[in-house]
Amino acid sequence: MKFLLFLTAAALTAAPPIVIQNATVLTVTKGAFKGSVVVQDGKIKEVGEKVMIPPGAQIIDASGQYVMPGIIDAHSHIAADSINEGAVSVSSMVGIEDVLDPEDIGIYRALAGGVTTVNVLHGSANAIGGKCQVIKTRWGKDREGILFEGAKPGIKFALGENPKRQGNVSASRTGSGAPPVLRYPATRMGVEDVIRQAFNDAKTYQAEWKGYNERKARGETVIPPKRDLKLDALVEVLEGKRLVHAHCYRADEILMLLRVADEFGVKIKTLQHVLEGYKVAKEIKEHGAGASTFSDWWAYKVEAFDAIPYNAAIMVKKGVLVSLNSDSGELMRRLNTEAGKTMKYGGLTETEALSLITINPAKQLDLDHRIGSIEPGKDADLVIYDKHPLSSFAKVQRVLIDGAVYFERDRDLTERQQREQRKKQLLEKEKQSQPQQKKNAGPGRRPA
Amino acid sequence: MLRYFCRLLCAAALSLSGGIAETPAVIAIRNARIVTVSGPVIAKGTVVVRNGLIEAVGENAAPPADAWIIDGAGLTVYPGLIDAMNTLGLSDSGPMTAATGGGRRGGGPPPTTSSGPPAPPARGPEDRPLNTSYLLAADQISPSDRRIEAARNAGFTSAVTFPNRNIFSGQGAVINLAGERAGNMVVHSPTGMLLTMRSAGFSGGFPASLMGVIAYIRQIYLDAAQYKTAKEIYAAHPVGNRRPDYDKHLEGVLAAPRILLPAGNPKEIERMLRFGQELQQDTILYGLAEGYRAAGTLKRHNAKALIDLRWPEKSRDTDPEQIDSLRSLEMRDKAPSTAAELKKAGVPFAFYAGALTQPSDTSKAVKKAIDAGLPAADALRALTLSPAEIFGVADRLGSIDKGKIANLIVTDGELFQDRTKIRYVLVDGVKYEPAPEPSASPSESTR
Repeated sequence: MKFLLFLTAAALTAAPPIVIQNATVLTVTKGAFKGSVVVQDGKIKEVGEKVMIPPGAQIIDASGQYVMPGIIDAHSHIAADSINEGAVSVSSMVGIEDVLDPEDIGIYRALAGGVTTVNVLHGSANAIGGKCQVIKTRWGKDREGILFEGAKPGIKFALGENPKRQGNVSASRTGSGAPPVLRYPATRMGVEDVIRQAFNDAKTYQAEWKGYNERKARGETVIPPKRDLKLDALVEVLEGKRLVHAHCYRADEILMLLRVADEFGVKIKTLQHVLEGYKVAKEIKEHGAGASTFSDWWAYKVEAFDAIPYNAAIMVKKGVLVSLNSDSGELMRRLNTEAGKTMKYGGLTETEALSLITINPAKQLDLDHRIGSIEPGKDADLVIYDKHPLSSFAKVQRVLIDGAVYFERDRDLTERQQREQRKKQLLEKEKQSQPQQKKNAGPGRRPA
Repeated sequence: MLRYFCRLLCAAALSLSGGIAETPAVIAIRNARIVTVSGPVIAKGTVVVRNGLIEAVGENAAPPADAWIIDGAGLTVYPGLIDAMNTLGLSDSGPMTAATGGGRRGGGPPPTTSSGPPAPPARGPEDRPLNTSYLLAADQISPSDRRIEAARNAGFTSAVTFPNRNIFSGQGAVINLAGERAGNMVVHSPTGMLLTMRSAGFSGGFPASLMGVIAYIRQIYLDAAQYKTAKEIYAAHPVGNRRPDYDKHLEGVLAAPRILLPAGNPKEIERMLRFGQELQQDTILYGLAEGYRAAGTLKRHNAKALIDLRWPEKSRDTDPEQIDSLRSLEMRDKAPSTAAELKKAGVPFAFYAGALTQPSDTSKAVKKAIDAGLPAADALRALTLSPAEIFGVADRLGSIDKGKIANLIVTDGELFQDRTKIRYVLVDGVKYEPAPEPSASPSESTR
């Protein structure tokens, strides 16, 4: 608890300027050099080999260390109390924004792994899933405090095996003699149909409201149409106000989605997983979709078999905007080494590799004006490593978000002991009150 | 003792011989210590009860000539306790746990009803799943619910009782905990709508998740607003407009004077307060296991809170080797301090006993809150005047004042102390004597 309070306090105080000195600065977009980064009012003020040190600045000596932009995970499911609304095939009425959990330990673990921005996605249980929420890993803040203010809203789509699962036949039969009621669709064609139908419904709905507004403007007495939260979100997709992040694996389903989207004039912002993206990189590029994939994680299901570790590198070389994501609270803590793997598999340069977890996912979230590189004017989301971040020996030393220090390795190590101590005390206290509690609890049966 | 035999007889016979017929219309309790709750404690005084109402109270109130006298020397009179949230009288309801819908598998399926074949899984909000907003607790009261007597024996004379099976569970009612017929018992209805964050589970149809439940509730309130507008427009202009469909699920939503939302920890408290505001409903939160961490948030939102007296405990079924997280250890340690923290912050709150295993556990549970820093007077208030205020019935319940309903308890010592016994309970001016020890098991003996 003390730990939480301490962090909150640290983050709340109007921070003095910070200068990170003597570091190897990996800007990602403007090369790498030995020098300094000046942080003021939550933003990066100056970057260079020689910088002006503002009066009263706190100096962080990073001799022998490396500074890179905060890592961005374009696909995660941390910090949410529910992930899937899988009972229906179109669940665009639901949103992660309603179930954020700012106290999820996953946030702290991500932060300790250098991740500062996370796209928290709905799951892939249905063809059109729920709304997504971009957050910053401001551990210790409340819900309001972790939201990425001004981030463009998003939505999850999903193709392939997950959305075509019909539900549990035996479970829906329990107890009754009634036939099981299963979810549509059961095939990939069905998934396509669900998406097309949903877009058509959204267009009808859009027209219905347009008609109503016109009649009302003419002064007619009209009963307003119903607002439909499900279709509201899809109208936003049609109007380009909500970014589509689509879960997919196979080349055929990728092409299907791109064609359906083209038919409705919709841009798919990112293809997620996209393990066969290397087969259709040209088509992905033509559509203008980004691709967010794994480094070398596959074969966990049939549709994920035809994958290769060169996927990211091939797509990069074909001109697709590629990022690497975690989709896992564990993998999330070491996205830096995931990026490193693309140098071995596909021969990407250091900068290209780092881009996959910084500036590229920033672009995929339409947030590259705010985050993703070390440039003056951008949010001061910075990670300091003791070794080059693409090395598997590198450990995160400090993480800054908006110019405030949210993680320090040394502090973490001492607080672990304090927490252990506190835990022991509480266990002891509970043990001592135990015999009495048992007596108090009584036989404990509620009258029938 | 007589009552035990009576309860083996039919209900009508029971009520005739068990209480009403024996109880005189006018009772005066004199020479007693009187804790009025609304005003200062009267060290020695008289309470006069006539025809179910408090006729007079004070140091100098004289017992009328026609009154039966109870000598209150050495006894204390309190207002009867009010359980701010329960399912008393509703035989079709389970214990009142705060299903906040946490966890990634949703809040678990609702308890199944036995009546009729199961409905097919809902395909969306339009199927109105788990919605019985139109259900009135007042219409469902069963005076023969045995839990009523157990609650009365523990000092409860009123309860706010709610259907609790669904997301839109239905409308609560304030009831008095004695009466021949349901109609005698109802004090106020509808008193508010209980919402739970229960989901149908993955194969049970929409909503299958917490976010589904939230989106569903939001959609229902949008529908209700549109329904209201549509009905108004149609009533004024029936010619040339299509008639809006009648929808009982929305009628119920529109009829509720306030809503009750479940919230245990700070994130849920913040979430539900924000949600209540978004829905533009007068909102009461219930649960509050970790409310001690959110007193400031509650105050900022002018929130009202019902605190669950079932303090979190280590589950008995867990592996004894398993060591709980620091967070749950802290919660179990601090949960009883929630009331004290809310008191300090100035947040109105009441206690509810609906989730306790048995009503007789109330006293010990309240004692824990007192031990955690809550002044005893505030503990009493949280079971009397505060719930009456929160539910808008403080003009008739919650304190010993002239003209209020004669719901009283008479004890031989300080309430919430281990050795104190409740000697008499008056509901609507009718006197009941709790069974002597072991008072925890009267219901067992009649099972």
